[in-house]
Amino acid sequence: MDGGRTAPLPPGVNVAPEMGDIMPPVKAKKGFIGFLRRNPTIAIGGFLVLLMVFVAVFAPYLAHRDPTALAPALRTREPSAQFWFGTDMLGRDVYSRVLHGARVSLTVGFSVAFCASVIGLAIGLVSGFIRLADSIIMRFMDGMMSIPPILLAIALMALTRGSVGNVVLAITIAEIPRVSRLVRGVVLSLREQPYVDAAVASGTRTPMIILRHILPNTLAPLTVQATYICASAMITEAILSFIGAGTPPIIPSWGNIMAEGRALWQVKPYIVFFPAVFLSITVLAVNLLGDGLRDALDPRMAKRL
Amino acid sequence: MSQPLLQVNDLKKHFPIKAGFLGGTTGYVYAVDGVSFDIAKGETLSLVGESGCGKSTVGKALLRLFPLTAGQVVLGGDRIDDMPNGTLRPLRRKMQVVFQDPFSSLNPRMRVRDILAEPIRNFGLAKDAADLEKRLEGLMDKVRLPRDAINRWPHEFSGGQRQRIGIARALAGEPDLIICDEAVSALDVSVKAQIVNLLQDLQTELGLAMLFISHDLAIVEHMTHRVAVMYLGKIVEVAPKRSLFGAPKHPYTEALLSAVPVPMPGAARERIILKGDVPSPINPPKGCRFHTRCPYAFDRCRTEEPQLRPVADALEGGHIAACHLHDRPAGENPLSGAKGAQLLAVGSA
Repeated sequence: MDGGRTAPLPPGVNVAPEMGDIMPPVKAKKGFIGFLRRNPTIAIGGFLVLLMVFVAVFAPYLAHRDPTALAPALRTREPSAQFWFGTDMLGRDVYSRVLHGARVSLTVGFSVAFCASVIGLAIGLVSGFIRLADSIIMRFMDGMMSIPPILLAIALMALTRGSVGNVVLAITIAEIPRVSRLVRGVVLSLREQPYVDAAVASGTRTPMIILRHILPNTLAPLTVQATYICASAMITEAILSFIGAGTPPIIPSWGNIMAEGRALWQVKPYIVFFPAVFLSITVLAVNLLGDGLRDALDPRMAKRL
Repeated sequence: MSQPLLQVNDLKKHFPIKAGFLGGTTGYVYAVDGVSFDIAKGETLSLVGESGCGKSTVGKALLRLFPLTAGQVVLGGDRIDDMPNGTLRPLRRKMQVVFQDPFSSLNPRMRVRDILAEPIRNFGLAKDAADLEKRLEGLMDKVRLPRDAINRWPHEFSGGQRQRIGIARALAGEPDLIICDEAVSALDVSVKAQIVNLLQDLQTELGLAMLFISHDLAIVEHMTHRVAVMYLGKIVEVAPKRSLFGAPKHPYTEALLSAVPVPMPGAARERIILKGDVPSPINPPKGCRFHTRCPYAFDRCRTEEPQLRPVADALEGGHIAACHLHDRPAGENPLSGAKGAQLLAVGSA
């Protein structure tokens, strides 16, 4: 062959010419602290979420009194040293109730995010890989998405009795279409990636392609989506409880504390104020965490697909 | 030349166009429409043509990345075009691929070690863990990457280094044929030269055959043995390198060659500017597909499709072209003789 080099390199020489300045040492600060410094939104969001988890887990120790204990003599007290957030119309300590409410909110948020992600991932993978299933599943999801999630959740709650488990189930069902669409979209674009073609050409079987090449690359956008679902599930839970279709009144949740305080809003605003602040901070924290993760994991991934 | 390594006969790939509410098929994209060629052991055949002419589809079809519409593909004596996937899987080892984009051709979530080990494990080539290790080191040596880079992630490498990893992966299965789908097009010039030289070295070392899909005629002239020119899903000319670059026998090839810049200041060359765009492969022209843009087209070209036939007055033997001009007397054939020779002198000047 003219013009081409024919002799193989001598045995000792096995480094490409452009490898001279190969791989300079990574300058950015390594370790966990460095990661947090580079991603302040994750640091702030993560801190607030952890704080809320702490509050929820240790609510019985942090609370002053039983959140369900009635004290008719101490109704609608203003916030004070004894009752930090005041008391409601039945004399229950709002501070204790708000702390215990964090348990419901976080349980619902995390459970919905987890369940919707797992089920949505499975559905998305199936419809991304099987054309026939895709056209059926996606039309069904389109139908579900045409109903507002809240309305769907209310309708589902109307079919059962109020309990935290049923709230999780109802919101999960309402959130699944969003996850499965995202996963399907990601799977369809990953299937076209040259490295998937190369894997097929080098004899990898389809189950291994999914496990090794598709799934790991789906997890980053899915994690981001899961945080948004967590935040929106907490809001949906609060709405359901507020209108009396969610958590039963016996269990304090931010939604039903606000619902009970609604009648007294103009004279005793603090009953609504404190659970609302906690809900806002938690949702904000989870969203910040999601934004931070999105930027850290894949800057190109859109917030919603 | 005995039995060729790869024989492709009348390969067709038509993509259905789905439209409407029920997703009915409203037409087809005739991406590859009857392509035949063969590649001998250790030979490089280049497939050239402009964007959208179907050259990459040919590569993917040969790899059976999608089912073929029609045609026969014989690889090392086995007909693989209609072979079920399970039977085909062990044969895939013989034919590997290097893609254009060095960034999307490596899974970002796998270490180099796992990327290279995947074909070795799939084809059961390694006897034990030590053998696997030895093979991995051998692959890194072959593509001139430092051995200790094997535990790194793809994003830690530059484009040229990633392309070396892609080549190493293609070599992992010990193939007889490597399909280079625009393998150097995305690299900058100096890196491109290194990768081209690496491919040539490997070809000599390992006796590989190559299907080199490219639109870069300068690179093609540098590294190929034979060239096949594609236009709108068909091969219009196949010839040994010197014969094709020296005296093209198809008007499209002639125009294509005239577009290659001359690496010499002041040297001008008669440019053949083709009129219009490539017609749509959904509705290709009747007759010769090139007649809508051909400067020499006459009546017969609009009705009758020319077949690939040996050209009498080519520079070297084995030169075939699909053009009606060669049925005319030499005086009326603008492509007769060595007229195109002036177009040459790419790189070798």
